[in-house]
Amino acid sequence: MHETAFQIFVNALLANNFVLAMFLGLCPFLGVSGKLDTAFPMGVATTFVMLVASLCAYGLNLLLSAFGLEYLRLISYIVIIASSVQLVEMVMKKYSPALFRALGIYLPLITTNCAVLGVALFQTAREYDFIQSMTFSFGGGAGFTLALVLMASVRERLQLSDVPSLAQGTALSLMLAGILSLSFMGFAGLGG
Amino acid sequence: MTTVATAKNWDEFMEGIWKQNPVFVMVLGMCPTLAVTVSAINAISMGLATTFVLIASCGLVSMMRNITPKEVRIAVYIVIIATFVTAVDYAIQAISLTLYDALGAFIQLIVVNCIILGRAEAHAARNPPVAAMTNATGMGAGFTIGLLALGVVREILGNGTLFGLSLFGEGFQPWVIMVLPPGGFFVLGSWLLLFSWRARRKQALEATHHA
Repeated sequence: MHETAFQIFVNALLANNFVLAMFLGLCPFLGVSGKLDTAFPMGVATTFVMLVASLCAYGLNLLLSAFGLEYLRLISYIVIIASSVQLVEMVMKKYSPALFRALGIYLPLITTNCAVLGVALFQTAREYDFIQSMTFSFGGGAGFTLALVLMASVRERLQLSDVPSLAQGTALSLMLAGILSLSFMGFAGLGG
Repeated sequence: MTTVATAKNWDEFMEGIWKQNPVFVMVLGMCPTLAVTVSAINAISMGLATTFVLIASCGLVSMMRNITPKEVRIAVYIVIIATFVTAVDYAIQAISLTLYDALGAFIQLIVVNCIILGRAEAHAARNPPVAAMTNATGMGAGFTIGLLALGVVREILGNGTLFGLSLFGEGFQPWVIMVLPPGGFFVLGSWLLLFSWRARRKQALEATHHA
């Protein structure tokens, strides 16, 4: 099965959206989607970490396979992700202190975002080459950002409407996510 | 003395199952909760795998709590958790390949399950091993119950079966959406609604009782 880079991108972005179809990265999806102002930067930061992590994981996997150390894969991936989050944090603090302050606690929490580890694990399991891995992680990150922004917009609108008090909070967010996920199912088969 | 200790252990254990249920009350570890609960058997296996990792890593974290430097504690916890997850990953692969394929990457993703890191940081790092492991067992059991509650509903509605046994016979028209991704969100949302309705009713009953 050979997928073109474009197919991988479209699949990761829409048809197999990380959040709404593959259930990856739900904690920030439910936690940070209250306001559009934080949702978008969060999505961009996560995408960036995904790209760095995917790049490192690709190189590391070559190294581990060469020495026959596949059983260390999980441990080394998670260490790599934690360090690239640290790197992003340092770079951001130096070049964009305003954004750094806006994201606050959510930045270090990207480490435990399963979408990031998910990218690294899936690209290894599907044996993507370098170009494919990078498009996959970029598509996944863009899909995560898309889902986050959509959810935040809907939730901002809902602040103004009359929701039964029983349903407020997480139950409402989950129902919304279900409806979004239902509409994303319409993209099935788009990536061929 | 003994009864006091037992009672404390019991509270420690029950905390995870009811008062602080990771799925329904704290809403943690959502990714595996929604992704693997398309059938009851998947839900149980995922719950047990997570419980094992939870107990083992909380025990180890608790034993090492006095020699772990504060600055690198998160890194230490993550390496401990990743070690046990790798063990579980290989064990499931050896025991049942069908199950391994069904759960897919979500076995390895146990590493980033916030329940485990949360328990290690909030409980195991401050309590002796026995208390930490009792608490972890309760949390694991609570997580498994939560997963099972989702898995059973989704399998019955979406497939007409329970643990692979047909329930309704030939004429049943499965509600396919329930085993697809949106179903996961809807079923969990409905469970949360049910719980908040119950809490609301209890409050109302108490209010009338006092009046």
